[in-house]
Amino acid sequence: MTKQLTRDDLLKAYRTMRTIREFEERLHTDFATGEIPGFVHLYAGEEASATGVCMNLGPEDHIASTHRGHGHCIAKGVDPVGMMAEIWGRKTGTCKGKGGSMHIADLSVGMLGANGIVGGGGPLVCGTALAAKLRGQPYVSVCFFGDGASNQGTIFEAMNLASVWNLPVIFLAENNGYAEATSSNFSVACDNIADRASAFGMPGITVDGFDFFAVYEAAGAAIERARQGGGPSLVEVKLSRYYGHFEGDQQTYRAPGEVQNIRDTKDCLLQFARRVTTSGQITQAELAAIDAEVKALIDGSVVKAKSDPKPTEADLLTDVYVSY
Amino acid sequence: MARKITYQQAINEALDQEMGRDQNVIVMGEDVAGGAGSPGEQDAWGGVLGVTRGLYHKHPGRVIDTPISESGYVGAAIGAACVGMRPVAELMFVDFLGVCFDQIFNQAAKFRYMFGGKAETPVVIRAMYGAGFRAAAQHSQCLYNLFTHIPGLKVVVPSNPYDAKGLLIQSIRDNDPVIFLEHKALYTMEGEVPEEIYTVPFGEAAVVREGHDVTIVAIGRMVQKAQEAAADLQKQGIHCEIIDPRTTSPLDTDTILESVEKTGRLVVVDESHPRCSMASDIAGLVAENAFGSLKAPIRQVTGYHAPVPFSDALEELYIPSAAKIIAAAKSVKEYK
Ligand SMILES: Cc1ncc(C[n+]2csc(CCOP(=O)(O)OP(=O)(O)O)c2C)c(N)n1
Ligand SMILES: [Mg+2]
Repeated sequence: MTKQLTRDDLLKAYRTMRTIREFEERLHTDFATGEIPGFVHLYAGEEASATGVCMNLGPEDHIASTHRGHGHCIAKGVDPVGMMAEIWGRKTGTCKGKGGSMHIADLSVGMLGANGIVGGGGPLVCGTALAAKLRGQPYVSVCFFGDGASNQGTIFEAMNLASVWNLPVIFLAENNGYAEATSSNFSVACDNIADRASAFGMPGITVDGFDFFAVYEAAGAAIERARQGGGPSLVEVKLSRYYGHFEGDQQTYRAPGEVQNIRDTKDCLLQFARRVTTSGQITQAELAAIDAEVKALIDGSVVKAKSDPKPTEADLLTDVYVSY
Repeated sequence: MARKITYQQAINEALDQEMGRDQNVIVMGEDVAGGAGSPGEQDAWGGVLGVTRGLYHKHPGRVIDTPISESGYVGAAIGAACVGMRPVAELMFVDFLGVCFDQIFNQAAKFRYMFGGKAETPVVIRAMYGAGFRAAAQHSQCLYNLFTHIPGLKVVVPSNPYDAKGLLIQSIRDNDPVIFLEHKALYTMEGEVPEEIYTVPFGEAAVVREGHDVTIVAIGRMVQKAQEAAADLQKQGIHCEIIDPRTTSPLDTDTILESVEKTGRLVVVDESHPRCSMASDIAGLVAENAFGSLKAPIRQVTGYHAPVPFSDALEELYIPSAAKIIAAAKSVKEYK
């Protein structure tokens, strides 16, 4: 079943989660200065999900992401330096400054794009999965979507389609309890999003999204099944976002102390570090070294993004079509 | 009438007053109350930019949060309208209407005609439109032209707080489906707005500024840009007449044609993409009906045939500027 994690895998998983956290914390700080254009939705707190899933994927597998996409991008192998430049609106960004935070995409690593339209990714991964199936390739596609998105018609249609066509798709529901200010207790009619799986003829499972290992294993089993031709699955991970829906959201709809309590008791990085150091697989010093390297990487990405050139008039009308 | 409020407050007041007047008026949308089912405040958001804030407590049970299911709740609003409710469905960004076009284009817009005049669908669909927020391609479109294209829909694009209130009240009372579009960059605009209830009729353009040299027809937020341009042009001895259609469907063609007959020159300013736009529509209308009065070719100042870019550097180039309007007005004035 799921591949046994080697020491290198563990180091990689930690580095990925730390990179996402550092990237998002840094954006949180920098956004407050008013220099970053537009709005950003931060993934901090949810790192174990993107990382636990993408550790089971190769570059030929595809993922579709959401408006909260930075973590998925990093976990799928998009270069954080280009991402930072993109978010700062620079020509050197992943999408030449044309997309911004909500639209980071890198098809060369199987990242189909963050998405400004909630629920937009479900049908798209049915298409990438269909292509793999028709071409006889063993590649799977994963659609990340939120609890809010789980109520979107596109997601229901995609789940049914994936089952009807027996596609290698994983519907990865990131249930962080809220869609903007609206609680999933209100918006989702059943107890767990995973309960809906049976209605679409696929297996469904709910796992603790703060626990990297739980996500890695549950997603790994679903991905392996899909790769073998077993069809789609719905995996729901329960987790929490640490910051507002977007930067600037004061989160008055959340109980006081809710986030702090989660940070103190459940944080995915803390849990991961405790587990691998207690078991003796990794030392504190190794983790600290990764922390320092990641910090330098993100610091460097910001310095570069700030000094990189912005796109110019010559870029305004390019890339609309392949040819016209 | 000294009281000044913002565009956003004017919309809130229109909703509040109409909900108070008519129990059939309901407001629904994602986070229009905000905080449904959450441990914090029940009215935490009042819409993504706080436009409906405070209505939840004033009108119990009639400010309804929805799951993220636009086809579902927009269709439900349309169905409720068919049986005499007056729902105001909110969709945050007009771009999201892409998710539920069927309910709008094929259902709401068609009922009256298809059913031989038997149906009334008094639904209002509110959404924000327009560029300027560095919100990129999926959160910055204009799209009023798409809805204007569809017979059966009425389309409203208020350019100031006074019109926003009066037109929204008219939209709620109107018995046809109305797409009510609010430019996000206008939300903080202040203006004089009467406290009492009033309506602004559909299909009546406002002559925002009088002049005899060049007619500028501007849509929505572009009215502001046209005013900026006209103030500058005045100093250069060019007197512009600015027309704000206020509703693109119905469109007050008479006011536009009369003005062009007077000035002989037309500049149309439309933030949306140029193809099949309000700009091209109005240009065509004038070319066909006032050709004899024209002293110069019609000029259109629009966005580009490209999605709205993210980077501030590109987005600033994308949005029609006062400078571009000035250049266009001068070119038609100086045309020989
Ligand atoms: C079709 C559509 N409807 C509404 C929105 C506005 N919107 C953006 S994110 C969001 C909440 C999404 O919640 P969820 O799916 O739970 O993801 P989370 O933000 O919690 O990661 C909403 C309503 C949108 N972008 N697209
Ligand atoms: Mg959520």
